[in-house]
Amino acid sequence: MIGLFSYLVFFACVVLILGIVALGLNLQWGYTGLFNAGVVGFYAIGAYTHAILTAAPKPELIGNLGLPWIVGILGAMAASGLAAWVVGLATIRLRDDYLAIATFGIATVIQLVTLNWEALTGGGNGFSGIPRPLSGWLTTPFSFNLGYLALLAGIVVLVTLALDAMLAAPWGRALRAVREDEQAAVSLGKDATSFRLQAFVLGSMLMGLAGALYVGFIGFVSPFDFLPILTFQVWAMVIVGGSGNNRGALLGTLVVWGLWAASGIAVTKLVPPAYAAQGGAVQVILIGLLLVLSLLFRPGGLLGENSINSKPARD
Amino acid sequence: MLGQTIADGILTGAIVALGAIGVSFGLQILRFANFAHSELLTWGAYLALVFVSFFGPGTPTGPFTFGWQLVAAMLLAGGLTGLLAWLVDLLVFRPLRARGAPRLSLVFAAFGAALILRHVIVLIWGHGTHAYTRELQIAVEVLPDVRMLPDQLFILGVTVVTVAALHLYLTYSRTGMAMRAMAENPALTRACGVEVEGLVRWTWILSGALAAMAGVFLGLTPQLHPEMGASLLLALFAAAILGGVGSLPGAVVGGLLVGLSENVSTLFVSTGYKTAMPFVLLLLVLFFRPQGLFGRKS
Repeated sequence: MIGLFSYLVFFACVVLILGIVALGLNLQWGYTGLFNAGVVGFYAIGAYTHAILTAAPKPELIGNLGLPWIVGILGAMAASGLAAWVVGLATIRLRDDYLAIATFGIATVIQLVTLNWEALTGGGNGFSGIPRPLSGWLTTPFSFNLGYLALLAGIVVLVTLALDAMLAAPWGRALRAVREDEQAAVSLGKDATSFRLQAFVLGSMLMGLAGALYVGFIGFVSPFDFLPILTFQVWAMVIVGGSGNNRGALLGTLVVWGLWAASGIAVTKLVPPAYAAQGGAVQVILIGLLLVLSLLFRPGGLLGENSINSKPARD
Repeated sequence: MLGQTIADGILTGAIVALGAIGVSFGLQILRFANFAHSELLTWGAYLALVFVSFFGPGTPTGPFTFGWQLVAAMLLAGGLTGLLAWLVDLLVFRPLRARGAPRLSLVFAAFGAALILRHVIVLIWGHGTHAYTRELQIAVEVLPDVRMLPDQLFILGVTVVTVAALHLYLTYSRTGMAMRAMAENPALTRACGVEVEGLVRWTWILSGALAAMAGVFLGLTPQLHPEMGASLLLALFAAAILGGVGSLPGAVVGGLLVGLSENVSTLFVSTGYKTAMPFVLLLLVLFFRPQGLFGRKS
């Protein structure tokens, strides 16, 4: 019983971390119509930046500065935002699917760097010893997970409320105006490029934040935590939940990650170990099907766009 | 050393160019970035493997490691991959087009389709590698200090002939002209009475067949694995955009530049970063000449 409960706590932590990534993507895609195909790249930048800033110094690695947790978090967000700014400057004015290609490219490059720049990232072995916040007070693994869950829940609530407030403000309306009809928005004096870039950078910073929270939770970082499949999973979360709706993004995260975890468990229980690779393929095919089928049959997602701000003003 | 690197780059470039033609058609005629195109390369290679496992690769003919059977397998795989591309269109992209879904929905759907296509391969053939033939061959010196395998020369020769034939086709045949018209101005093409769905179908079949060819060549140098196409995706996009979307010579030159940059970069930076070169080229071209080398400003 305690085993199941502690699994659920762990599961909930992962859902909340990925929920922050989904909120970031929802800001980019759901509200602004920006196609970021390199979600995992910005998540990985956050994770590695946090790891490099906060881990205890090691003679064989550059970095590992042993800085406080909060510095790692802020540094992670800054690094992901900076990367998004550079990519965005080059591509955000161009045809929309070029942004998809460019962000896909940056994720590939980041993965190569994490694998090859061993002096900074530890290469394929990754590195451990990343300090975990709260672990000074919460000494057993279970109490740590429970405490971390509370911390994550607090951060998710904070992020959601902040996003809701920003999106209800004129800034959010401008984003949607740019998404719906760029020419109209421009003719009303909105700088479409600048609004796009702001949403892209801010969304990527949330992905970086989530990456930092992830390594802070696991205490370990390696390139194999940041495989391209994660990008697709987060996309499925936003599409299934309903893009343009922050609660939809969080609900989608729960549904998709639940399906992924459940199908993973089913595969390990039902498929003989010799066919484990094939079983893993089934899990990925499910994600692909989920994406295609929801686009074909329920393009609005489970919750659909939150249209409160689009209603005519009441007088 | 440099000569050999350039020769290797041209070989990679030829394969990338064959795949990039389909990506370029996708971007210009079908008007979206088809992230599933690279999976057609993989499918082409594995479909040829099915034929090869029935008929064998054939007794090595001349200096090559395979006989006519592999060539036949490539042609059959080309046809089937073309049909597969069309089938994906029929099941996924056409319903979205019919609903007037935004272009980015098509890109998404392509993502989903890519995941499914790639992992069905894993499901059937597993994660491991396969090869058409285990024959060994000796490299020949084509230029001073430049050695290539006979199979590689075969690949270059077939690619040159294919691209030339395709160029003639696009320039002089009715369908070819319609495809170019569609790339220039879809609305006008429609207004001129061109049957657009038929043209789209034909574009998919052609793209799929060329992708299968590239996939078989990838499998020949030297092996097949489920990620073989996916690992080229960025190179394909870079080549198509670099050359100028919708331009056949552009896709070929783009492919060659990508192949060369990947290989020449290994003289300066660690080979681990080789696959990052297409991205660097892509960012440069998007910064300075977004219409591509051969494209016109819209």
